[in-house]
Amino acid sequence: MKLKQKELRDRTVEFYGHGIKHLQDIEIKGRLIVIEGPDASGRSTQIEKITTRLEANGHAVLNTGLKRSELVSKGILEAKQHYDLGRKTLALFYAADFADQFEYKIIPALQAGYIVLADRYIYTLIARNVVRGLDRRWCHNLYGFAIKPDLVFYLEVEPSVLIHRVFQKNLSLDHYESGADIGLSNDMYESFLIYQNQIRREFQLMQKRYGLIPVNGNRTIAEINSDLQNRIDQYLNKVMR
Amino acid sequence: MEGKLIVVEGIDGSGKSTQIHLLEKWLNYKGISVFKSEWNSSEMVKEITSKGKKKGLLTPTTFSLLHATDFADRYERNILPLLRAGYFVLADRYVFTAFVRDIVRGCNPDWVRKVYDFAIKPDLVFYFKVPVDIAVDRILVGRPKLKYYEAGMDLNLSNDPYESYRIFQGRIIDQYDSMAVPESFTVIDGTLSIEEQQRTVRKMIMPLLPHMISSRK
Repeated sequence: MKLKQKELRDRTVEFYGHGIKHLQDIEIKGRLIVIEGPDASGRSTQIEKITTRLEANGHAVLNTGLKRSELVSKGILEAKQHYDLGRKTLALFYAADFADQFEYKIIPALQAGYIVLADRYIYTLIARNVVRGLDRRWCHNLYGFAIKPDLVFYLEVEPSVLIHRVFQKNLSLDHYESGADIGLSNDMYESFLIYQNQIRREFQLMQKRYGLIPVNGNRTIAEINSDLQNRIDQYLNKVMR
Repeated sequence: MEGKLIVVEGIDGSGKSTQIHLLEKWLNYKGISVFKSEWNSSEMVKEITSKGKKKGLLTPTTFSLLHATDFADRYERNILPLLRAGYFVLADRYVFTAFVRDIVRGCNPDWVRKVYDFAIKPDLVFYFKVPVDIAVDRILVGRPKLKYYEAGMDLNLSNDPYESYRIFQGRIIDQYDSMAVPESFTVIDGTLSIEEQQRTVRKMIMPLLPHMISSRK
């Protein structure tokens, strides 16, 4: 006798805040897995590997990330080049971009039974805003329309290790990812370290609140991958029937 | 805060823009530094919203967030710094427009209010109240076509844009009315003559004028 193919169980969605009215009672089959972490922490490499593996196991996978919405992603890039945007303005712009992808990509894919692998989610956006001086409660409320992911991994890399990976990747430090817009230090190297430490502290605060799973990102790609893959497999085994 | 913030609210066709225009002229005449800011007018955001609007792509959440972005840009760039510098800032629509429209579109009221909670409370909010039929007739004179979001077509109220517009505006009026007392709106009867409305507006503004100017004829 052939065993029936296992599949993901249906479930309702849970929002961080008030949610979105017309999505309140939907049932989804898919699962949302998020990989968070600073630039050069190895997120995209890991996502590639996990995607390959999940697809090999017969799951449909959708990759998403920030600044990829049809609606405003180009707008954000243009606006950053031409205008000196206020912090709240930029925060709201990013939220619009996220909301667009959330409703048009993430939710439909989850309804269709996909495993959505998100390269960053609301946490990076919140951390960036808070570090730039915006009210923490305001930032959390802003993303109250987002659903709680099933798994959120946070790749934690020592800023002093991270900076070398950034140099290996780009040979220079990114303006925003170094917090150069906040005037932390005239020295870009030092600014990067201060900024990344502040972001890390914000993630540590969110760890408990949001159930983020910290993953030691100082290790090799293969080590991190087997760690992540094990945790994902364990989770999926639990929710398949 | 050195400056004063005066807001006009009301549905399209309520006559509020005419009134704020006359108010601006009067204040200018009195030698007061005035800055006027209109809803949805940030150059930076406009291009992007209009793109999404044309495609009919906006959900209530993205619609709300893009208007909040527009507002934040004008607020951080102009409204707040000018208020601090002592200007009379005249806002043709303010956060209340977001509240009424977003709530009618189904956004959570508490969420919307918190998104805008950085905005300073105005010194005066004039609410121009007109029956929906009068406002709709004013708007539709010589205007053959309504835009998709303007008519509230995204709410699936009716397949006929004009009918949809009427229902949509009616719901917005209900929201405004429910806000009038808690938000201390100064309600102006928008069916009165332009001159009469302007007299009431100016009378209300008088106490906010700098002493030297208000005592001058």
